[in-house]
Amino acid sequence: MSPRPLATRRLILQGAATVALLGLGNLPFAPAHAAANDKYPEEAFKLKNEADAIKALYGRAPEASDKVKLDAPEIAENGGVVPISVTTTLDKVTSISFFVAENPSALAASYRIADGTLPSIANRLKMAKTTNVTAIVEADGKLYSATKEVKVTVGGCGG
Amino acid sequence: MASSIRVRATSNGDITEVQTLIQHPMDTGFVKDAKGEVIPAHFIRELKFACNGKDVFVADWGTAVSKDPYVKFSFKGARKGDDLTISWTDNKGGSDTLTAKIA
Repeated sequence: MSPRPLATRRLILQGAATVALLGLGNLPFAPAHAAANDKYPEEAFKLKNEADAIKALYGRAPEASDKVKLDAPEIAENGGVVPISVTTTLDKVTSISFFVAENPSALAASYRIADGTLPSIANRLKMAKTTNVTAIVEADGKLYSATKEVKVTVGGCGG
Repeated sequence: MASSIRVRATSNGDITEVQTLIQHPMDTGFVKDAKGEVIPAHFIRELKFACNGKDVFVADWGTAVSKDPYVKFSFKGARKGDDLTISWTDNKGGSDTLTAKIA
């Protein structure tokens, strides 16, 4: 981990610059937001709580929208492999993320969508127990979400 | 060794549909083996799809993505015969790359 000290220094400098420019506090979070769309969101993946993870990844809360269509099974017999997909009719989508509220860490996957890539993703996630699953779509700088409960018969986190 | 990546990219007019399966344990770090020892976390962190020199789709993954991950997406602007390059890196520094032709 040799690049660590440099990166930390850069983050601190960035943070300082942000504070200087905007006169805002919230120092540790400021650089993380800037990086949310072009770098692996290390911090967000470590947070347990869904709201905290959303904040770390995006810096704000989403609003529920019926334009986000989340497809998940009502009952998952095997929590280790739960097919989840999302599509949206929203324009200018830049990212889509999946959160599993009851997992040891809520953020499961985050996808960066390039211009010309359709805002439609299918993947398979693990779930520790019966839980709410939330998909967040970032479109034109705004956040939209859809949530669905999945009943899990056998958890997928071992133990 | 066979590639860990299996991909099917099919062009349907302007839209290319990509389905990918990767062989990877995606260990969470919560599971114990038969001897009761914790299997350390081992998971893909980043998965990239590039077409014609441009990243079309980038996945950031945590441990909650299922073992042998599957992902499906679609994108515009590619034609039959174009190259699609898929590459992943995991938390232990492992990686793999595969270039497939869009059919």
